[in-house]
Amino acid sequence: MKPDKVMLDHGSGGKISHRMTRELLLPAFDNPILSELNDGAIFELQGVRLGFSTDSYTVDPIFFPGGNIGELAVYGTVNDLAMCGAEPAYLSAALIIEEGFPLEQLEAIVASMSRAAVQAGVKVITGDTKVVPKGAADQIFINTSGVGVIPPGVTVASHRARPGDVVLLSGTIADHGVSVLASREGLSFQTGVQSDTAPLNHMVRSMLAAGPGVHVLRDPTRGGLGTALSEIAEQSTIGVRIYEDRIPVKAEVAGLCELLGFDPLYLANEGKLIAFVAPEDADAVLRAMRQDPFGREAVIIGEATIDHPGKVFLETRIGGTRIVDMLAGEQLPRIC
Amino acid sequence: MTLKHVEEYRDAALARQLADKIHRTSRRPVRLMEVCGTHTVSIFRSGIRSLLPETVTLLSGPGCPVCVTDQAEIDAFIEVGRQPDVIVATFGDLMRVPGTTSSLQRERAEGRDIRVVYSTMDALAAARKHPDKRVVFLGVGFETTAPTVAAAILSAAAARVDNFMVLSAHKTVPPALEALMSAGDVRIDGFILPGHVSVVIGLNAYRPFFERHRIPCAVAGFEPTDILLAVAETIDRIEAGDPRLVNVYPRAVSVEGNRRAQQVMAEVFEPADACWRGIGLIPASGLRIREAYAAHDAGRRFALKTEAAAPPRGCACGEILTGRKTPPECALYKKRCTPMDPVGPCMVSSEGTCAAYYRYHCEA
Repeated sequence: MKPDKVMLDHGSGGKISHRMTRELLLPAFDNPILSELNDGAIFELQGVRLGFSTDSYTVDPIFFPGGNIGELAVYGTVNDLAMCGAEPAYLSAALIIEEGFPLEQLEAIVASMSRAAVQAGVKVITGDTKVVPKGAADQIFINTSGVGVIPPGVTVASHRARPGDVVLLSGTIADHGVSVLASREGLSFQTGVQSDTAPLNHMVRSMLAAGPGVHVLRDPTRGGLGTALSEIAEQSTIGVRIYEDRIPVKAEVAGLCELLGFDPLYLANEGKLIAFVAPEDADAVLRAMRQDPFGREAVIIGEATIDHPGKVFLETRIGGTRIVDMLAGEQLPRIC
Repeated sequence: MTLKHVEEYRDAALARQLADKIHRTSRRPVRLMEVCGTHTVSIFRSGIRSLLPETVTLLSGPGCPVCVTDQAEIDAFIEVGRQPDVIVATFGDLMRVPGTTSSLQRERAEGRDIRVVYSTMDALAAARKHPDKRVVFLGVGFETTAPTVAAAILSAAAARVDNFMVLSAHKTVPPALEALMSAGDVRIDGFILPGHVSVVIGLNAYRPFFERHRIPCAVAGFEPTDILLAVAETIDRIEAGDPRLVNVYPRAVSVEGNRRAQQVMAEVFEPADACWRGIGLIPASGLRIREAYAAHDAGRRFALKTEAAAPPRGCACGEILTGRKTPPECALYKKRCTPMDPVGPCMVSSEGTCAAYYRYHCEA
């Protein structure tokens, strides 16, 4: 039964989203920059290499433990640019607001966008506001776009991972996904889990300075670590092997995931990155990550291999092996 | 939750010891069925198959609640959502299951009010919040979830929340085991019995089944070493020719089970014949809401025109649920049937065998 309507799965960041990108969007806008499918576009304009990225933010609830939609919208685009190796400089911000939205909340969101821009070292230089009738949007949607210069010599891209590369992860996974889930109406879990929303551009700058061997950077947002690694394995035509016992997951996050039948490998992160780094530079890059406030818990979680190109394998805690595939659609809580 | 406690059950050294023991003791080829979908997922996620000798084949049984829900029941869920002033409340994994012409997910995209809830009590809360609507909770699940649904019905009855209803498609595990063994053409040498269900019904609930068939059975928890221990025990019993019903999950499962949960369930539900996908009618394997609570029975309050419906053509869910086939042996698997476009429910539920194979199994 092929759907003839757009469903939430189309926006899950997993296989169904990918299919829509491949079958509908890529052919429509067909060009070599788009078809690289990096987190943002990487291109040259009058001799300067630029990163350019856009993202729309719709999150329920708009205020969640550890953040709100405003800072998420700023950091999200800042991070997408950073993953292209660009130094984020300028952002645009467009707000779509539902009639009746409390002004006090709007002020709080804008204030947090402003603080986030300062922390990331970017300026919001253009924007737009639309108000739509009640029911035509859910509270508030935000779109941000951003642009930044890619310094000479920096060539990170999702197809550049090589066999032998070491896979680094900047900290615990699934914090954002769980904090949002737990604060949603209907799921009255009291957890202390905070979203990890954070700017990663400062960490990326120190990582790139630590050595020339950084091949791929990716922030595993929607679709989580599992989907991001699968994408890189596919785009770089390499195999990936990771080790379950090295992947940091907070105890509360693991507990809630178990209860709901969710796999933390597929839950969203908003302040984490993965890096594929040449083995000779891995230690230096890891040290650089750990010196950043958002990378203190950075670890090596695995390596890129010649075997099984396009596939990610996980060695489980008990010594078994299994495949890690892309998320298919939205994860749904199970019955028992 | 003390995670440290859980960590012990994922201990690599202990797992290795158990796997070694299985390698040493297993001689003849055996087919063990894990009845529960949560076991299936745990087996895949922890890579247990890669630790077992070739002599041991693990089959997934009819223990994923979504997977055994009959096509006609799915059609009824969709039909109830189309009634005026109805809010359908459901556990998430039913959303994508294709009925004969639609799915709950498609119905939601069409504008019907279908909400994913995390517990039956959330559905009851929705009924309180929307007194002008009829809130219908889709009652799917085994003895694990049935007591919580019964408790919600009791609360609704006590507080006169008349707009709260349940469409019950609940099923019970022991009759399904009986049906599997009576099928004749199914070769199973031992059962790994469900942990959560057994917490409620207790070890004794399997006693009559065990006495009739004298087949090794082990009630197991869900951590990797729990499952390995159950496999090791079952193989020991098979090799020794001395079948037993054992409980390797005593930290949660007792001989008698949870009496309070059993009472609540018996107060609200009575046994009824039920159709299981792939197996067909199993006598007294379903749970019908008793007459005393008819006000909360959506089956009675709506005149649903539910007709028997054939499962999708070519779908091998039935054979997979009964251990006759594995997902790669189904002609539709990974071709026409994927988690993105599922044909049968085993590809939909996160606990479904086909979805677990799709996600975690590598043919290479």
